Amino acid sequence: MVVAVAVVTVRDLFSAAMLFAIYSLLSAALFAVLDAGDVALTEAAVGAGISTILVLAVLTLARRYEHPVKALHWPALSVVTVTGICLLWAVSDLPEFGAATNPVHQHVAPYYIEQAYADMGVPNMVAAVLAGYRSIDTFGEVVVIFAAGLAVFSLLSAGPGRQASSPEEDE
Amino acid sequence: MRDNGILRIIARFLIPLIMLFALYIQFHGDYSPGGGFQAGVMFAAGWILFVLVYGMPAGLSVIPERAMFVLSACGVLLYALIGLLGVALGGNFLDYAPLLDDPHAAQQAGIILVEFGVGVTVACVVMLIFTMFARRRSQFVGEWKPGDHD
Repeated sequence: MVVAVAVVTVRDLFSAAMLFAIYSLLSAALFAVLDAGDVALTEAAVGAGISTILVLAVLTLARRYEHPVKALHWPALSVVTVTGICLLWAVSDLPEFGAATNPVHQHVAPYYIEQAYADMGVPNMVAAVLAGYRSIDTFGEVVVIFAAGLAVFSLLSAGPGRQASSPEEDE
Repeated sequence: MRDNGILRIIARFLIPLIMLFALYIQFHGDYSPGGGFQAGVMFAAGWILFVLVYGMPAGLSVIPERAMFVLSACGVLLYALIGLLGVALGGNFLDYAPLLDDPHAAQQAGIILVEFGVGVTVACVVMLIFTMFARRRSQFVGEWKPGDHD
């Protein structure tokens, strides 16, 4: 929480990237404490590792410091406040944390927990759900990642722009 | 950075371990936490460490950029082909049961192959994005003050 506030307030983008990595690592530790090994692994590898590296790669192209903001932006502040109040109000309606009778534990989760090994023969239930029961969703995710790669390629291969003088030709 | 002896030795020691761990996470993903996404990211992280220490030309001589493009498409196509193979053998799309006789072995084979496709795509896309940002940086080097923070 402290780290999250620090990420928002710090003006030095390099420190912000580092603090964000720390934030991801702390969330990974939290997931690990909650016995969610798959999510913890993903958060540590993707959140703390790769996204930090990519943000740093972007930072080598951009300026290091944010533009200072002169005054408060009242419409934005009011929108954020109203949204926050609505979300807090909705939180009071949520079912009790971790209770076994919650809707999320009543739908398909019991079937997965009981039948995953019998259906798939795969001990890691997360893998069974991800690549077995929900494999079409996962296929969509892979296509999204591939599309992201293509999008970055098409944006960055457009040439350095008019203010930069590039002696070498683009391939 | 390339003249830093400690960094070179440590990287030479660590990079194979990172890649081995990535492969372990890839192929052991149905027994322990892990899978294609994490393994791909970790493999790409090992390669990025190699690039940071030894330089981009050395990194690209290991995996050329064109190979990254082709392989990232191949991962998606492998996933889709496994799905279509199930259709061709008389099941639904991404139904692994018709692939082999034993239903459990079929599910495991399907999951492992599909996760391998995921891993290949993720690793190649991450390496590709990093390569393109680094190239973009090299085009700008004259304009920005070098050695800000890298």
